[in-house]
Amino acid sequence: MLLKDLVTLLKAVPMTSRNGTDTVIDNAGASDLMSDVLAFTKPGSALLTGLCSSQVIRTAEMLDLKAIFFVRNKKPDAGAIALAEEMGLPLFSSPYPLYEACGILYKAGIPGCLDARDPHDHWAIAGNDLLTPDHASGKDKDQVKV
Amino acid sequence: MHGPSPAKLLYHFHIVGQDFTIAGEVSSKIRRILQQIGASPDTIRRISVATYEAEMNVVIHADEADVTLEADAGIIRITIADHGPGIPDVEKAKQPGFSTASEEIREMGFGAGMGLPNILRCADDVSIDTVVGEGTRITMEFLNSPEA
Repeated sequence: MLLKDLVTLLKAVPMTSRNGTDTVIDNAGASDLMSDVLAFTKPGSALLTGLCSSQVIRTAEMLDLKAIFFVRNKKPDAGAIALAEEMGLPLFSSPYPLYEACGILYKAGIPGCLDARDPHDHWAIAGNDLLTPDHASGKDKDQVKV
Repeated sequence: MHGPSPAKLLYHFHIVGQDFTIAGEVSSKIRRILQQIGASPDTIRRISVATYEAEMNVVIHADEADVTLEADAGIIRITIADHGPGIPDVEKAKQPGFSTASEEIREMGFGAGMGLPNILRCADDVSIDTVVGEGTRITMEFLNSPEA
């Protein structure tokens, strides 16, 4: 989905001059805990958050996130907006609360950053399973290293 | 026969503790250097996350820190040595969810006890030397692996 479609769905308004609305967004994540974002968000995702500090912008930079949506009409401070402008990172403000904003995007087909349907999917290495010995080497690699 | 090995790159940075307005700047500079030297996107991402968590730990807990970035053929090493309170129980600090950060820090989205766990997850090798009342030196090594 294109970023401009997310903007429409979330009734969001831009807060930066560069809005990158033709950027393709494959995933989204939501959290107010930046360490959780750093741990679990895929590159290229959009982030939904209620946190307005400059650290949100820095976190997005470290992860190559493509856009940030601040929920409940929240707006980051001028320093955070200036930092995002410098980085060319689009920021938006949406009137929806975090839960509803997530629901709207999920219902529209934007998946999250982890497949939570199988809680063992990202953690398990099956013993004596010689048919799929490389199960833990691909997407599971990071989790297995914990 | 092997050709001449590429020159080792060495950079120094300084982190100021308790200054949240510039927290993350050193990680941002390191990230740009890694992009310039052509590290793989996966490597840059892992180093960025680990370095940023370590930088936030310094800003939250310590007075200041010296940072060294060394890039050799295939290995990137980042050392962050701070003057700070030290870590009384390193094993406890490695557990997800353990934190001694204040409510103010938590309001900024940090202090959730995921800093060291995130560092351990991202780095290929981590060593932590800490003396309570003096400071902590964390050395993180990353293999510059091609994109998986």
